[in-house]
Parts: sequence; structure tokens; C-alpha cells
Amino acid sequence: MLYREAGQFKATYAEDSQIFPIRQDKIGFWVLMLVFGVAVPLLTNEYWLKAILIPVLIFSLAAIGLNILTGYAGQLSLGSAAFMAVGAFAAYNFILRIEGMPFLVALVLAGLTAAAVGILFGLPSLRIKGFYLAVATLAAQFFIVWALVKFPWFSNNSSSGVVTAQDVTILGYTFATPEAKYVLTFLIVSFMALLAKNMVRSSTGRAWMAVRDMDVAAQVIGFRLMRTKLLAFAVSSFYCGVAGALYAYTYIGTVEPEGFNLDLSFKILFMIIIGGVGSIMGSFLGAAFIVLLPIFLDNVVPVIFGDSLGAGFVSNFQLIVFGGLIIFFLIVEPHGLARLWQIAKEKLRLWPFPH
Amino acid sequence: MQFFIEVLVGGLLSGVMYALVALGFVLIYKASGVFNFAQGAMVFFAALTFVGFQEVLPGWLGLEADSSVVFWLAFLLAFIAMIVLGIATERIVLRPLVNQPHITLFMATIGLTYVVEGLAQMTWGANVRGLDLGIVDEPIAWLMDNYEIGVSKFDLFAAGVAASLVALLALLFQYTKVGRALRAVADDHQAALSIGIPLQTIWRVVWAVAGFVALVAGMIWGARNGVQFALTFTALKALPVLILGGFTSVPGAIVGGLIIGASEKLAEVYVGPFVGGGIEGWFPYMLALAFLLVRPEGLFGEKHIDRV
Repeated sequence: MLYREAGQFKATYAEDSQIFPIRQDKIGFWVLMLVFGVAVPLLTNEYWLKAILIPVLIFSLAAIGLNILTGYAGQLSLGSAAFMAVGAFAAYNFILRIEGMPFLVALVLAGLTAAAVGILFGLPSLRIKGFYLAVATLAAQFFIVWALVKFPWFSNNSSSGVVTAQDVTILGYTFATPEAKYVLTFLIVSFMALLAKNMVRSSTGRAWMAVRDMDVAAQVIGFRLMRTKLLAFAVSSFYCGVAGALYAYTYIGTVEPEGFNLDLSFKILFMIIIGGVGSIMGSFLGAAFIVLLPIFLDNVVPVIFGDSLGAGFVSNFQLIVFGGLIIFFLIVEPHGLARLWQIAKEKLRLWPFPH
Repeated sequence: MQFFIEVLVGGLLSGVMYALVALGFVLIYKASGVFNFAQGAMVFFAALTFVGFQEVLPGWLGLEADSSVVFWLAFLLAFIAMIVLGIATERIVLRPLVNQPHITLFMATIGLTYVVEGLAQMTWGANVRGLDLGIVDEPIAWLMDNYEIGVSKFDLFAAGVAASLVALLALLFQYTKVGRALRAVADDHQAALSIGIPLQTIWRVVWAVAGFVALVAGMIWGARNGVQFALTFTALKALPVLILGGFTSVPGAIVGGLIIGASEKLAEVYVGPFVGGGIEGWFPYMLALAFLLVRPEGLFGEKHIDRV
């Protein structure tokens, strides 16, 4: 009844190619932005900000990065955590070694460093495909983490590569409270998500999708494979790198290379599967799901089964539920939560009439 | 020179153990096109189930803990558990996902990995357990005395087991009715279906066989390093073996395993000191990567021709 696009005519091309062509969507979007940008930091407590909202935002950004590579350009990667590590340690070193380095510039430089590393490890994608490529990206995962541990220069000679992020200061203001950090993260992530959304709608994004659907055919009709694939690797790693830097600076504070392990890569992969492969919004939904699920299970499992079971049982039960849910999602809705949302929207357009 | 040979042989023999894990991958990939990431978890599950039964059986049956009856009964029960696991996987995970893209199936097996790991530890507990096969991990005296080369008896035994397993599988594939059906399914699902080969039965058989391979691999790895969660990581080492040998080739898995095993040990000993050591973790992947740049389909993989 309320969600109806009747009477909304598009008279120009600009209107036709908006991200949210329907007025209700636009209103909904701004309401969401206001809620999460203004109301949430004012109203919620520190636990919610620190343990749930900031990680959800940061993982969303990493998931967008992986989604660009896997969902749009079709190159399966199991090394996204390593690129996050590159971003985190690059930001640390830029701020540490260059006097007066502004945080935002360091963030961009960290992203660019990750992009350069991403291009390097993306080179094999020109020759190999599919699972072979997935295994090849594991090389990036193990090699980068190893290099960060082994060469103490990266972590300024601290033991076992643990670094503590410096204060985040922009134009003289130090982002110290969780609220301030949350708002900063929110702004950066929203801006980059918007950028990603527009990128995948542009000719670049169409080239990626053509390569994803069939790279030989894409090459035949004139897309330059090397450029397209490497660009996907670069942009994806840039996003993961920025996410990694934010992970260090606004979320955890103290990071070590081993924290960016294969498990984290898998987690990001699950986010895009559950959220929706090839969907920017799905990245947010998936990240929220994966971050919230363990917290939910932690609270629910003892209530159902009692406290007598012990921590070992709970963590194993979590593993089973986690794996089971992934399989369940793949079977029931291979296109993820984003697709469910689309179906809901289509239903809403007709509601309450049957046709 | 003696040291070099020692390292080389040690590497080759540990490569055999990688090959054992890789073998399970190849079997399933060949028959169903599923890249089964859960193979490592299956190895862990199998080993843990075997050790678990070994612990509880003497109590149930009133037998001595080290009697061979217990050993073989535990082996049998673990094998049955693997068959049940395989059939359940086929029924619950694979059948609803028929005709989905390969990547979806691959991700489903990652989910399966978590389920199997959780299940194994929930049933048997997460303690590290020893597993005794009755073969001591010590150098062969004859080689040591005459040539001063230390080659572990245990490694040699593992190699022997792997060789006989491969021979057994080759016989199964080549000379039995089930084996012929398996090869037909591997070649072309639809053609196999159209001449009346029951696809689902074949998949169940393949998962059961892969479960058996996982059990053998798990017992050998478990006897070597103890049955613990770290066993699941051995599966990751099997991945470069796979891409080196090609996903679809049983001999490829063996040769790939040997190359990876030998080169990683040699690299660790001769290159490692220059860069601070610990390169075993990523060297196999880099080697496989460099190799893929030259031969994208692996050593023995089928050459893939793209058509528009």
C-alpha cells in the first residue's frame, strides 16, 4: 500500500539511473543513515558500539572488497584477511615513520599499498581460473602473514609482530571515545560503499560482470582481460586494506599478523555468501549476520541447555550451527539475504492486493 | 651429501602423507566435481573416532586395551562412521545442491568442515590423544650402519600403506563394475545418467571410499603427530599438492605429494636460514603457484579448452 511507485515518472536520464529510483527507497535510505549516523551513537551504550556496530561496519567494508572480486569479477579469493593485514600494517608504518602524516591520507596510502600487493597476487589470475586460483590466493594468505611476523621492520621491532595503533587524529581532533570512532568509521564506510555501488553500476562494473559470466566471451567482444581482472584485484584489495586499517585503528587497537589468519578470510567469504554474492547491500547484511550470530549463540545456548555443559560444548555447538547455517543458506537461498530482501520488496509492491 | 639424501628422503616420505590426504580430494572431485574442502575435517573426524572407539571398546567388551580385536573393531566402527557421514553428506548437502555452480558446492563443503569438526569434538572431546600403530618412529638400523643415512621406519611404513592404497584404488577403478561406473560418472554426469548409472549411489560410494582414505590418512598422521585439531590443517597442505598434480589425477596426487614434500623440506633446510626460517608454511603454495604459471592445469590435469 505504502510502497508503490505509481505516479513517479522519470523525465531525464539522470533520474532514470539513480541508485534509488523509487521515492520510498530514498526516504528509507536517509532514515537509515540518520538512525545509524546520529541516533545510534547518541543512544546506544559502549558495548554495542565497540563489540557490534563498529565490527559490523568494518567487516562490511571488507566484504564489499571481496564481493567486488568474487561476486562481480568472479575471481574466488581466500586471502582477503591477508590484504586487511597489509592495510593495517601499512597504515601503522606510514603514521609511525612519516612525521605529521594525516590519518585519512595514511588510510588512503594503506589502501593503495594493499592494492599494489593485490595486483601482484592477482597476476596468476591471468593464467589460472576457478579452484586453482582459489588455492593460489592461499599463497598470499600464508606468505603475507609469515612476512609480517618474520621481518620485524613491519612492526617496528616489537615481539611477535604485535603493534598498537596510534591515536586517530584528524585536523587536531582526537577520536578517542567509542562514539567518535563509530561516527568516523560510519562515514568512511558509507562513503566507500557509495563509491563501490557506483563503480559496479558503471562500465567498469559491467566489464567485471562480463568477465565473471564468461571470460573468453568477454575477451572476444573486446574487454581487456588483464586490465579488468587486475583492476578488480586492485580495487578489492584497496577496500580490504582500508578495512584492515580501520580494524586496527577504530576497532581492536592492538593487532598482530596472526590475527589476520585464514579463519578471518573464511569469515569474510561467508559474509558474502550469506549476504549475497554480487550485492553491495548483501555485504552489510552478511557482515551483520556473521558478527551477531556468535553473540546470539553465546547468549542463547546456555539458556536452552543449561550452564552445566561447559565452554567446550558451547563452542563446538557454535561450530556446528555455524556450518549448518551456511549449508542451509546455500540450499534454501543461494543468492543470500539480499535476494530475500528483493523478494520482500516485490511482494510489498503488490501488497495488500493479490495481483 | 648424506645430509642432503636424508632430508630428501624424509621430505619424500612426508610427501607421501600429504598425498594420502590429497587422494581423498581427487576421488571426490573426479566423481562429482565437488571440491571437497571438508576432507581435512574428515581426516580429523576419522582419526578421532578411531581413537575414541579404541578407548571405550575395552570397557564395553571387557577386553585388554591393546588386543588386536579392539584395534580392528575400532577400525571397522570408524569406517562405518565414515560411511554414515558420507551418505549423510550426500543426502543432506549434495542432493539439494545438484546443478548449482561449483563455487556454491565448494562453499557448502566449507560449511561442512565446521559441522564435522564440531561434531567430532563434541562426541569425543578436544583432548590431544596419542595413537599407537605399533611401529616405532626410529631410523632403520641397516641403512644407518652401512651408509649413515637416517630413514624412519615409520615413514617407510606410511609410504608402503600409501602405495598399497593407491594400488587398491587403481584395481577398484580399473577392474570392477563400480569402478567402471565411477569413471563413467567422472567423465560425463549426464551421459552416465542416460545409460542408467545411478548417480546418487555412485556419489555415496565415492564419499565412503574418500572416508576410508581419510581414515587411513588420519591414523597415520595421528600416529605421527597425535590426534588433535591441528590435523585439519594437513588438509591445507594437501591443496598445493592438488594443484601441482591436477585435481583429476590419482597419480598426480602422489607425484605432487612427493614433489611438495621433498621441496618444502629442502627449501626449509637450505633456503630457510637466509630468510629467518619457517618458510614451510607458504613455500608449497608459492611453488605450486609458480608451477601453475607454466602449466595452468597441473602436471596431470586434463587440458581445459574454453569455448564460447
